[in-house]
Amino acid sequence: MIKANIYVTLKEGVLDPQGDAVKKSLHVLGNRDVEEVRIGKFIEVWLQSSDEEKARQELEEMSDKLLANPVIEDFRVEIVEVG
Amino acid sequence: MKELTYREMGLIDEEYAKIKEIMGREPNYLELGMFSVMWSEHCGYKNSRPLLKMFPTDGPQVIQGPGENAGVVDIGDGQALVFKIESHNHPSAIEPYQGAATGVGGIVRDIFTMGARPIALLDSLRFGELDDDRVKELFSGVVAGIAGYGNCLGIPTVAGEVYFNSSYRGNPLVNAMCVGLVKTEEIALAVAGEIGSPIMIVGAKTGRDGIHGATFASEELSEKSSEKRPSVQVGDPFMEKLLLEACLELIREDLISGMQDLGAAGLTSSIAETASKKGRGVEVDVLKVPRREKGMTPYEVMLSESQERMLIVPRKGKEERIKEIFDKWGLDAATIGRVTGDGMFKIYEGKQLVGEVPVAALTEGCPVYIRVGQEPDYYREYMDFDPFSLPQTEPREALLKLLASPNIASKKWVYSQYDYQVMTNTSVLPGDGDAAVLRIKGTSKGVALTTDCNSRFVYLDPYKGGMLAVCEAARNLACVGARPLALTNCLNFGNPEKPQIYWQMQGTIEGMSAAARALNTPVVSGNVSLYNETAEGAVYPTPVVGMVGLLQDISSRCDMIFRDEGDIIVLLGRFRDELGGSEYLYRCYGIEKGKVPAVDLDEEKNLIETVLSLNNEGFIKSCHDISDGGLAVTLAESAIKGEIGFSVDIDFKGKRLDGILFSEAPGRAVVTAQRENLLALQEKAAYMGMQVQVLGTVGGPDMVFRNSGQEVLRISLEEASLIWNRAIESYMK
Amino acid sequence: MRWGVVVFPGSNCDADCYHVIKNVMGQETDYIWHQDSDLSRFDAIILPGGFSYGDYLRTGAIARFSPVMSSVIDFAEKGGLVIGICNGFQILLEAGLLPGAMLRNKSLKFICDSVYLKVKRGDTPFTNRMREGQVIKIPIAHGEGNYYCDQETLLRLKQEKRIVFSYCSQQGVESTAFNPNGSVENIAGIINEKGNVLGMMPHPERCSESVLGGTDGRYIFDSMLEWLKEMGEK
Repeated sequence: MIKANIYVTLKEGVLDPQGDAVKKSLHVLGNRDVEEVRIGKFIEVWLQSSDEEKARQELEEMSDKLLANPVIEDFRVEIVEVG
Repeated sequence: MKELTYREMGLIDEEYAKIKEIMGREPNYLELGMFSVMWSEHCGYKNSRPLLKMFPTDGPQVIQGPGENAGVVDIGDGQALVFKIESHNHPSAIEPYQGAATGVGGIVRDIFTMGARPIALLDSLRFGELDDDRVKELFSGVVAGIAGYGNCLGIPTVAGEVYFNSSYRGNPLVNAMCVGLVKTEEIALAVAGEIGSPIMIVGAKTGRDGIHGATFASEELSEKSSEKRPSVQVGDPFMEKLLLEACLELIREDLISGMQDLGAAGLTSSIAETASKKGRGVEVDVLKVPRREKGMTPYEVMLSESQERMLIVPRKGKEERIKEIFDKWGLDAATIGRVTGDGMFKIYEGKQLVGEVPVAALTEGCPVYIRVGQEPDYYREYMDFDPFSLPQTEPREALLKLLASPNIASKKWVYSQYDYQVMTNTSVLPGDGDAAVLRIKGTSKGVALTTDCNSRFVYLDPYKGGMLAVCEAARNLACVGARPLALTNCLNFGNPEKPQIYWQMQGTIEGMSAAARALNTPVVSGNVSLYNETAEGAVYPTPVVGMVGLLQDISSRCDMIFRDEGDIIVLLGRFRDELGGSEYLYRCYGIEKGKVPAVDLDEEKNLIETVLSLNNEGFIKSCHDISDGGLAVTLAESAIKGEIGFSVDIDFKGKRLDGILFSEAPGRAVVTAQRENLLALQEKAAYMGMQVQVLGTVGGPDMVFRNSGQEVLRISLEEASLIWNRAIESYMK
Repeated sequence: MRWGVVVFPGSNCDADCYHVIKNVMGQETDYIWHQDSDLSRFDAIILPGGFSYGDYLRTGAIARFSPVMSSVIDFAEKGGLVIGICNGFQILLEAGLLPGAMLRNKSLKFICDSVYLKVKRGDTPFTNRMREGQVIKIPIAHGEGNYYCDQETLLRLKQEKRIVFSYCSQQGVESTAFNPNGSVENIAGIINEKGNVLGMMPHPERCSESVLGGTDGRYIFDSMLEWLKEMGEK
């Protein structure tokens, strides 16, 4: 079994209204040093597989195809558990 | 999970003794849990049932009164409306977004369970004052939750109300109403089928969420309530949409003999309710219930309140077709048991019998408490308060304060978050009329929908306040051109074990019953929400009335908007000056006291008939009833919506100006008419025995009030409009 | 003429579109279940609004993998008329039939309202019954209508005159004050290079009958019908 963490984040330069709203709230709460907040998605995937290299390839593919939208988002695949 | 004692489950000693007597032994933990949820106020109505008997429930228009998932009224041409209102107060107090969202989900399931396609949602909401940060959080969370769920389902949220009063600070009220349309021959009822019929469960998998939600709803909220957070369920509107479409397909193909949604008390309640209708028994195997979590006990499976699940009893030989339809919609259906003839509710875990209770003991066996009410001390004291002992507030200042009151100001901040046009039926939009109007496709008919309750009036005088809630709803329907048909209600009160609260309930229900009888709008469904209390006290008694009305011809719908320069403004009804319990007293003096304005049910009925008849004759171009904020606010709202001013001249006849302008006394409406139609309007009204007063004309950039020629109040439309439109938004920035 | 209205799980304006085309305009209309893939009998396809697959992950992201979508892509490539409304627009973006992506509304709130649109092209299959510069009033209802594309794409859209509708005032002023959701250049609707695929956030089917308070939506459906008839005659 392989477990992967996939981080989907907005591309640099794409406006993040949600992040901006959270930043403002943090300022109100007193966290005035907060410079920027960007909100993304965190996805956990479990694969019935033992070949880490193959799994990584598959995960990259599925991220590019469905989990992230390359027009506005970047993604990063991280394999955390093998065995 | 730590085992609870019967007291922690909300049962009292006498009730536990009664359970032992019924069972002839000590109940096991599962059985005890089942009793405790079924005998909670939320499921068993043990405190309210005797009072609810006062409601009139019959009429030629009524197809189904209380006792089913929702009420049904005939609208002709083989069509009927199915509707009900329900509370989700406690869950919303803990987690506003999910609490409100799942409240919408629950009421929608009640409607399609009856075979009806849901066509509209309404929401009646109450919060503390908006200057409080926690209140803002609750308010925006609840509105977002309703929007998130209802919008996704594609059911328009077309009307409702929002009030702010400090009595709701820690215990907001979130009441959701759903209206469905059904062919009369397709109305489905919750009944167990023939002996041997399988019982299926479909929809979401069962998890540990919401266990003891019904019990939670039957207790006062306390500091410890947020520890009960696991009780709050998470809604999945996409799943609900699939269920809705699939279940309606089952009914269209006539594949089922019974259907029941899983709401409060989960499988326990839905199975017991279904079986009890025909005195049937049931056997279920908890291992066959699809689960989301590992290691669930029979107790947890039977009491889970996971959302978006339905119970289905198929017609003989139709199981396969049912599975095909669910497959098409990507839903899993599982057969979990069968109907038996012995009246027993048997729960198995595989082969092992783990619980056995008589069905009737859970339903009809629920104890009923007839309590004794006691008049609270405040009642007479507040009634004796004379508003005219106060100095008058300068009228311009008073009107501006009222227009800025979140109770009166535009609710656009709220309804613009709701999809109110999906299904393309909404023909009087939110904010444009006293009620929403929807056309019925394929006919020339329309239906009008509203929810109403002025809880300050109910608090000050439960009997009159109860009458007024019903009257206002009926009046609002008439003002958009609809004949009121029937009502549903959500009775939100404090702890009924307190005699003063019980007294409020008694008076309110008596008043509502009297008005419902007089106006021929029987009660066909409803919900009771008690224990709405925090350490700060009980909420104002809030019997929300949801009413439906019928327009034979949709083209005769009417809104509140002032139209054209030169149109004549006419008051239907008398000049009145009672200020007790008014928003004026509250906003200008911080006082919530005084004698509630007199209610004359004959007068109210006559107003409704007159408005309907003037509208049918085509004499009126707009109509808006007088309620919160009084005559001045009524005129201002119509002007703001129409983006055109007005000038009225009122002969106060020596009465106090503030009384005439701001009294919320009922039985009155403001209409506009083309000058050519004025005479005919006056004649018709006179024939109906209705007093009319010509107030002035529409036009100009200002709102101008005169007393026998003397100007007493002038506000530019622009200023008034800005204040009224921006008030709520400015709190929420 | 035969029109098809695609139904995804979670579509909720499918019946509204069907009603307008079938009952108001009197055209042959069928629903197309998302698992069907034969579109040969249709002249025009509508991808309706709603919350396909609950809008989970991203709006339109899952729907674009429904079997019907590869057929819609073929249909569009062959020159068939495709209009995506609201969620349908979002699906067209995810499917790559139109460029760009949708972000959450700038206010972070769902917005239901009526807005004014400036018609930027009067010569497309979807707008031939209107003139360039005309202002129409149409309802919107969305939480993610904040259209985004990179500068390069925007430049191309402008050069190729593919912005069909933009948000504006009643008088036709296009400025941020009249932009309900924060979309780039006030974009409310765009068209593909060939001009046969339109995506728009506002809902023309909600204003195609006077009982609903407006009929400007009819211009769009009538334009499509007009174009189909002309094609048929050729």
